[in-house]
Amino acid sequence: MSFLSNLINGISLGSVYAIIALGYTMVYGIAKMLNFAHGDVIMIGCYAVFMTMSRQGWPPLLSVAFAVVVCTALGMIIEKIAYKPLRRATPLAVLITAIGVSYFLQNSALLIFGADTKSFTSVVAVPPIKLAGGALTIPGTAIVTVAVCLVIMVALTLFIKKTKAGQAMLAVSEDKDAAQLMGININGTISLTFAIGSGLAAIAGVLFCSTYPSLTPYTGSMPGIKAFTAAVFGGIGSVPGALLGGILLGVIEILGRAYISSQLSDAIVFAVLIIVLLVKPTGILGKKVSEKV
Amino acid sequence: MKKTTRDHLITFGLVVVVYLIVQLLIATGNMSSLMQGLLVPMCTYSIVAIGLNLCVGYLGELSIGHAGFMCVGAFSGAVVSKLLSETVTNGILLFVIALAVGTLMAALCGFLIGIPVLRLRGDYLAIVTLAFGEIIKNIINVLYIGKDSQGFHFSLSNPIEIEEEGLWLINGAKGIAKITHLSSFTIGVVLILISLFVVYNLVNSRSGRAIMAIRDNRISAESVGINITKYKLMAFTISAAIAGAGGVLYAHNLSTVTATPANFGYNMSIMILVFVVLGGIGSFRGSIIAAVLLTLLPELLRGLSDYRMLIYSIVLIAMMLFNWSPRMKDFRAAHSLKGRFGKKTAKEAE
Amino acid sequence: MKKKLVSMFLALALAASLVGCGDGNEGAGDGDTAQEGADSADDAGASEGSFKIGGIGPITGNTALYGKAVQNGAQIAVDEINAAGGINGYQISYKFEDDQNDAEKSVNAYNSLKDWGMQLLMGTVTTTPCVAVAPETANDNMYLLTPSASSTDVIEADNAFQVCFTDPNQGKASAEYIAEKKLATKVAIIYNSSSVYSSGIEASFKKEAETRGLEIVADEAFTDDSSTDFSTQLQKAQSAGAELVFLPFYYTEASIVLTQADTMGYDPIFFGVDGMDGILGVENFNTELAEGVMLLTPFAADSDDEMTKAFVAKYQEKYNEIPIQFAADAYDAIYIMKAALEKAGATPDMSASDICDAMKVAMTEISCTGLTSAGSEMTWEANGEVSKAPMAVVIKDGVYVAAE
Repeated sequence: MSFLSNLINGISLGSVYAIIALGYTMVYGIAKMLNFAHGDVIMIGCYAVFMTMSRQGWPPLLSVAFAVVVCTALGMIIEKIAYKPLRRATPLAVLITAIGVSYFLQNSALLIFGADTKSFTSVVAVPPIKLAGGALTIPGTAIVTVAVCLVIMVALTLFIKKTKAGQAMLAVSEDKDAAQLMGININGTISLTFAIGSGLAAIAGVLFCSTYPSLTPYTGSMPGIKAFTAAVFGGIGSVPGALLGGILLGVIEILGRAYISSQLSDAIVFAVLIIVLLVKPTGILGKKVSEKV
Repeated sequence: MKKTTRDHLITFGLVVVVYLIVQLLIATGNMSSLMQGLLVPMCTYSIVAIGLNLCVGYLGELSIGHAGFMCVGAFSGAVVSKLLSETVTNGILLFVIALAVGTLMAALCGFLIGIPVLRLRGDYLAIVTLAFGEIIKNIINVLYIGKDSQGFHFSLSNPIEIEEEGLWLINGAKGIAKITHLSSFTIGVVLILISLFVVYNLVNSRSGRAIMAIRDNRISAESVGINITKYKLMAFTISAAIAGAGGVLYAHNLSTVTATPANFGYNMSIMILVFVVLGGIGSFRGSIIAAVLLTLLPELLRGLSDYRMLIYSIVLIAMMLFNWSPRMKDFRAAHSLKGRFGKKTAKEAE
Repeated sequence: MKKKLVSMFLALALAASLVGCGDGNEGAGDGDTAQEGADSADDAGASEGSFKIGGIGPITGNTALYGKAVQNGAQIAVDEINAAGGINGYQISYKFEDDQNDAEKSVNAYNSLKDWGMQLLMGTVTTTPCVAVAPETANDNMYLLTPSASSTDVIEADNAFQVCFTDPNQGKASAEYIAEKKLATKVAIIYNSSSVYSSGIEASFKKEAETRGLEIVADEAFTDDSSTDFSTQLQKAQSAGAELVFLPFYYTEASIVLTQADTMGYDPIFFGVDGMDGILGVENFNTELAEGVMLLTPFAADSDDEMTKAFVAKYQEKYNEIPIQFAADAYDAIYIMKAALEKAGATPDMSASDICDAMKVAMTEISCTGLTSAGSEMTWEANGEVSKAPMAVVIKDGVYVAAE
């Protein structure tokens, strides 16, 4: 029974990673950059919920909606100010800028909200399900997290396949210049990608903090890095890859902690990353891209 | 004299002059305890920054795990000096042995990590070096090594029992305790000079030019027959080794060394990256100056410590935008001092 | 050309800053400290002959609560003593430096206080930095009294003394208490293996628990990097049927453990040590979850002895919050220093090293009653360890209440 509950915890954690990984994978696919600050957008989203729901007493759903708006705007502003001017710069410059933005968000939060841990009230009010005569409890947050993750995956896939904007995103990720020649608004499309990714980050953050109820300015950085690992694991640029990579990583992390060593769980996750890159650098569902001079 | 040679001599000269000034201040009693305490950390950060600059500036790969190499150097160096502290009584000799082992271990880690990873593109290297740093920190925190009359005892994860008079080498999260204080400002400066000597020689050699060719265009470098993996590995290993040397210096300046997120974590790697970026990517002299200034300033302005990391982050973003944004490039071309006063050399016009 | 100008400017600036610092603190490093640095002292009018007591602790960062409590608690004691005529007729100058719970910054803070002319060190607050600072003080022969750094490594040198229990004692006392009160027979431990403090307590608790016949059914670790999720550890404790979970770590993580246990529907007795103190201060934490949590701490703010009442009232008036154990430790620390200085007949014109030598003797001769001694007297061995009676506190209706 404890194996089953660990597995459920793993899938729940993995679903959160999957939603965060979507943000990485979409941005990477289109802007060809690792948006290091993505994890910290999550943290800002959590603070947005905390400030409105716990301090001002807003209803949970309204708070979450507010957080999504805040993060979407934040994502677009970051892109506009920090990344857009560097679109033709070396990857190194873009990456350093992204690290700078990540640090900027963390330290701004540190100054505004303080370093002390805040206890995050869960936004999920679904009661736990008890199975097998109470021996197996599935927490309400786990049910909601997995459900939300699946809904987002389906919606996003439909969006990319069925809408014009989604097709434009695909085109830009294939070939930026050709897409521009076809009359696609490159800046608009990239901006839209950041907006969607950041909006999803807010949702992921709320789910993460509902399961692991503590909030500090550094809350976002570890899940962010692990979600990136998940994105690479599943194959960067691929939406189903993010789902698969996220869930696998979450399960590995929780099972590793339960059955190998609770102190080495992070080391195990990162070792998985290194092994994946060694064996199949494009990830499980990724496709090989040939480089041009 | 060649321009590069002169340039290098200026850097060496600068280090020596600062060293002499500091010695003079200490001798005349004009140096506060706070400043004296900061001298060795300054050297440590300068050395690690030199190492990272080789990786970022010349290899063109971003590593955000150099604190991990520092950690390897610090722990392996300290273990050796603890083991030998009774047989080798000469402090300098003991430090040199520890330094050699620490540097070698860090180089070995750099080499092993480099083999799989350097085949990948930039962003992957960054994330894997980060992963490496975290793994090292994680493992050292659960590593127990002790020595007693029964010989050595190792354990991962579970604390072990050793005899009463036994010697703890690494005691899990408690790290290494009672390390002989071997580091000094003089040793630090000598290490800086050696690191500078190594990197300057490397970048001006045939290998160095090959490394830069790979940085500038990997595919064309490959097409003229440069062995990509070999040169990348060479630069990365040397860079890791220098960071390891910094770690040895770091460990022997403290009586206890533990692997916490604050000293060997991600934050430390970023701080060193800030030194490199602020000092100028590719400029070793700049790295040293930035490391020294940025170690000094927060201590002198202790009240500002809350804002320190915020300021660093803004500096990072601003430097990148200033150097790379097309609009800023135009602006600089129109208003630069160079354009008005000096002749444009090929290097500066770049 | 520009590059060269810039680097020359930077070099000059660097040299200037080095010289500048040297000048600013001229003579401060070499012992005759009575007059120096008085301009930076907090206390006006303290320039002629005052004892300079320095404090170090985290007043920013995620353990800031402890540093601030110590800073404030000591301040109250200093103000009281100064108002009542000082120590041996001399006032106290008190200065507190931040170390952000970081070993390296702590050593810097110590050096900075030395430049100020510190003669006695009250600190550092947290264990890891203190382990780094203690050897420095031993080198300088500077008297060190830590209010709350509980590792035995802290007091290895003969100049260092503790107000709080050592980690082994805390672990041992916790196991004794649980066994004597028969709180449980099946016990689970969750501890932070990357913290010296937490793993130290865990080791001695386990040893003592075994001799006392407590059955340890789960012994699970976590690290600083994985301190947000305890579901696996709690899962193991639950399935092993633990009736009591021992949590020897800081309150921030403990608040997560309690919340997650509640989500899982797991409700054992939770037993903590002094690091648990402060859990009621976590913002937005549902204090109902902490109901019934027991912790071994020498101080309860609701105690009805006169001394505690007066201290709590003053603290509330000045800082508008109920003091935690760390504030009480610091308050006691200052009074312990006073008692020892009076015993030794020390005067501020003595050098830090001479004071330290005198204090080493005096500390073993004094006995103090304080906020944290549960009514009994505190005495010290030459090794720096305190001997006093332990006390357990239980959280009832959102406040700390002395158990029994």
